[in-house]
Amino acid sequence: MAKDALVDFDEALTRYEPVIGLEVHVELSTKTKMFSSAPNVFGAEPNTAVTPVCLGLPGSLPVVNETAVRYSISLGLALGCGIAESSRFARKNYFYPDLAKNYQISQYDEPIAFDGSLEIELDNGDIVTIPIERAHMEEDAGKLTHVGGATGRIQGAEYSLVDYNRAGVPLVEIVTRPIFGTEERAGEVARAYVSTIRDIVRGLGISEAKMERGNLRCDANVSLRPRGDEKLGTRTETKNVNSLRSIERAIRYEIQRQAALLDKGVAIVQETRHWHEDTGTTSPGRPKSDADDYRYFPEPDLLPIRPSRELIDELRAALPEPPAAERRRLKADWGFSDVDFQSVVNAGLLVEVRETVEAGSSPAAARKWWLGELSRIANDQNLDASSLVTSAQVAELQAAVDAGTINDKLAREALAGLIAGEGSVAEIIAARGLAVVSDDGALIAAIDIALASQPDVLGKIRDGKVEAAGAIIGAVMKAMGGKADAARVRELVIERANA
Amino acid sequence: MSDLIRLTAVEQAGLLATREISSVELTKAHLDRIAEIDGDLGAFLHVSANALTVADEVDAARANGVELHPLAGVPIAVKDVLATTDMPATAGSKILEGWISPYDATPVARLRAARMVLLGKTNMDEFAMGSSTEHSAFGITRNSWDRTRIPGGSGGGSAAAVGAFEAPVALGSDTGGSIRQPAALTGTVGMKPTYGGVSRYGAIALASSLDQVGPVSRTVLDSALVHDIIGGHDHHDSTSIPEAWPSFADAARRGARGESLKGLRVGVIKELDTDGIQAGVLARFHETIRVLADEGAEIVEVSTPNFEYAVAAYYLILTAEASSNLAKFDSVRFGLRVTPSGSPTVEDVMSATREAGFGDEAKRRIILGTYALSAGYYDAYYGSAQKVRTHIQRDFAAAFANADVLVSPTAPTTAWELGAKLADPLAMWLSDITTIPVNMAGIPGMSIPIGLADEDNLPVGLQIMAPAREDARLYEVGAAIEALLDAKRGAPFSTLTPNYVGGGK
Repeated sequence: MAKDALVDFDEALTRYEPVIGLEVHVELSTKTKMFSSAPNVFGAEPNTAVTPVCLGLPGSLPVVNETAVRYSISLGLALGCGIAESSRFARKNYFYPDLAKNYQISQYDEPIAFDGSLEIELDNGDIVTIPIERAHMEEDAGKLTHVGGATGRIQGAEYSLVDYNRAGVPLVEIVTRPIFGTEERAGEVARAYVSTIRDIVRGLGISEAKMERGNLRCDANVSLRPRGDEKLGTRTETKNVNSLRSIERAIRYEIQRQAALLDKGVAIVQETRHWHEDTGTTSPGRPKSDADDYRYFPEPDLLPIRPSRELIDELRAALPEPPAAERRRLKADWGFSDVDFQSVVNAGLLVEVRETVEAGSSPAAARKWWLGELSRIANDQNLDASSLVTSAQVAELQAAVDAGTINDKLAREALAGLIAGEGSVAEIIAARGLAVVSDDGALIAAIDIALASQPDVLGKIRDGKVEAAGAIIGAVMKAMGGKADAARVRELVIERANA
Repeated sequence: MSDLIRLTAVEQAGLLATREISSVELTKAHLDRIAEIDGDLGAFLHVSANALTVADEVDAARANGVELHPLAGVPIAVKDVLATTDMPATAGSKILEGWISPYDATPVARLRAARMVLLGKTNMDEFAMGSSTEHSAFGITRNSWDRTRIPGGSGGGSAAAVGAFEAPVALGSDTGGSIRQPAALTGTVGMKPTYGGVSRYGAIALASSLDQVGPVSRTVLDSALVHDIIGGHDHHDSTSIPEAWPSFADAARRGARGESLKGLRVGVIKELDTDGIQAGVLARFHETIRVLADEGAEIVEVSTPNFEYAVAAYYLILTAEASSNLAKFDSVRFGLRVTPSGSPTVEDVMSATREAGFGDEAKRRIILGTYALSAGYYDAYYGSAQKVRTHIQRDFAAAFANADVLVSPTAPTTAWELGAKLADPLAMWLSDITTIPVNMAGIPGMSIPIGLADEDNLPVGLQIMAPAREDARLYEVGAAIEALLDAKRGAPFSTLTPNYVGGGK
């Protein structure tokens, strides 16, 4: 792959204004699929979570999932959208083997939700309003695995396998209007937007919203226009952006790449581009114009969706607190400083910390885990921290620390076990032998040996120089292989020294 | 030929109920008839291997005093457009040759629940595209009245089977006349229910907004009984009507008792009563109108000016929907797969499969429909066609303001010679001018035999139409007219059927 020429980001912005547009796909966590009774599950044996409808067998017909409609309305309302009195499905026709019917049932000219706006908060606390054009319902496609090629891409593959388990999983696609004026914060705005959507759908309980599983997917449209121009530039659409971090990186990359082309007088090709997490670059997919004609027409197998006023009112009344209000409340409840709270928000870990607190941890401990050890590991592995462990697991881990079963150092080891999927905290402590030595007899024996071997320290302690105890505690911890509660050791050292 | 097979389904059911005959005996009589003539007639694509087993089970159940549906143990033929778990469903296409569905179509499941005996699957134009059954990938079906003529289409197999006493009743599907036109051409009764009256789940789709499954029989009452079994709401089909339906058999019995025609306002559609209709067909039609007037029916003329555009609009809507419905036949999950030599891509395989698997008529319609939906043409074609559809619905609404039922000849001609229209697709398409408006409006339509045309001694059908959801009215009026004509004739229409002379299978 030829390397793209790039212009320095800040320099690019001196000559061009970036305009972004975002399409976010949310997989709904309904029990069954959008149009069939097949279970909506992740990770089942290929082609087991299917019915004749998902496979597009001759004679099969779609039936709309009522729960998916309710979820979509709730999401539309949370995004400040109007809900259509009547919306309908259309067929988007194109041939592709992951599309069982060779058409996708999607909403086209009559989406269920339209004309919304969403306030998002940036790292410095600034509020930006994102205009939302529409949110519409559709079905997901199946999954192709290309076998035999070097890249795992279809090019060069010997054959491809299709898994229709994902075919027909309900999706809501949220489309923004063009977002102007983001300037050097274009990437940050996009990240904050997707992060806010993630918080909203989790708050509504309508999606697992795990980006690494594809529950939440973002396609980023980027175009540049020369400073002073009215007319929008040609845009590219970058797909395969599977983490909050990469959304920001992908947008910055596209700005730098497009600026380099425009500087040379080369026209931008309207196309789909793929984001590569490993290299931090994008590469061209198919040109958009190639398959632009989807021959949309109203889906004759389905009736229009006409939600009652009562249903919409009921769902509106049940909406959770909007993110901004929730943040104000949590900050007060937790007693965090502005800086501490903002760091949680900026890390995109508010939901995780909140869930961990709800599961029993102190706010400070929850924040320490997510922003400390978990963020460090996630950064090393280029993942989102939320993909490593669940909030419930973190709370379980902290509970073991609070109970004195393990100390902080051992807890980090237990965390590694959780990330590796070795089971529950209790199982990992048992399997890895992490529990602290709670037998005072064993500790006292070790303390006595340490005191005997360091008589000068013993003397200092007896003279009331308590800080000298550190040397003895260190020796005892070493002797116990780190598996001791340092506070208890300290108490015992002072007790024995003065005995 | 056993006399049993000449009986109506109701009569056969009566003999089963009194245990004068067994279902095995009755089923065997029909299977014998199929063996005797179907090698030449060509009504069946597949004859069930377990019909006698099912019949035996019904006999055993009856012997054990199990309460059974009135038609339990009576044989029925099923158009090959319907998915069946124990027989292939090909829709008359090579692309589905040998495909066996993992699920039963809802109408089939309901027949099985009523314990009717499925005899086999009947021939049809490929994907129900045609008016003569000559577009089947698996050979022609002949007309039992004249083996050199077509039986109509697309459901020529079901109509020919019932007309030739291979089955007392059958299921068909009707997108633009595929139940009614073959019924007219074979002297049988065919009913296209209100759109949404019978589940389409498991009916291999041609045009989703027009398709409807319905019964074929030799009497109105037999169709009503089958309709009672297959009809009603199905949660697998979002377009199926949730409200309950009255008993169609009761409506037919009420009609047969007389009185139903007195004061009935019968609307004659001016636009379908023209010189464009074959003289012998028109003569029988006018004669029937006079008989109705004599019985006290009030004959009114109604005008439906927009029918003029019906065929053109129909072929845009149908082809558009069909081009999308037939996209799934790509070899990836089921059906025929043709792999070109070399190292073909999946697109190459799809393309080669569709090239080899679809017949000319299917390709013609897929191309037309793809074009009609293309960017820049949608409004002019599909959009305009939908407007015509609305105008046709208004024409019907205005007509029904002055009439309880509307009537017309079911088809412009009697059965034509095999091959006569094959070279001229447009002529074939125009033969459905009388039946298409009914599908465009979603209303019910029925064809009943009213006599033979003087010039060729072939059956002529009367089409009766009612407002949407008034299917029961059609059964009542249809049975009343049938009873009246039978009384004048002194015998049921089916007794006129000539002996079929053809080879065995």
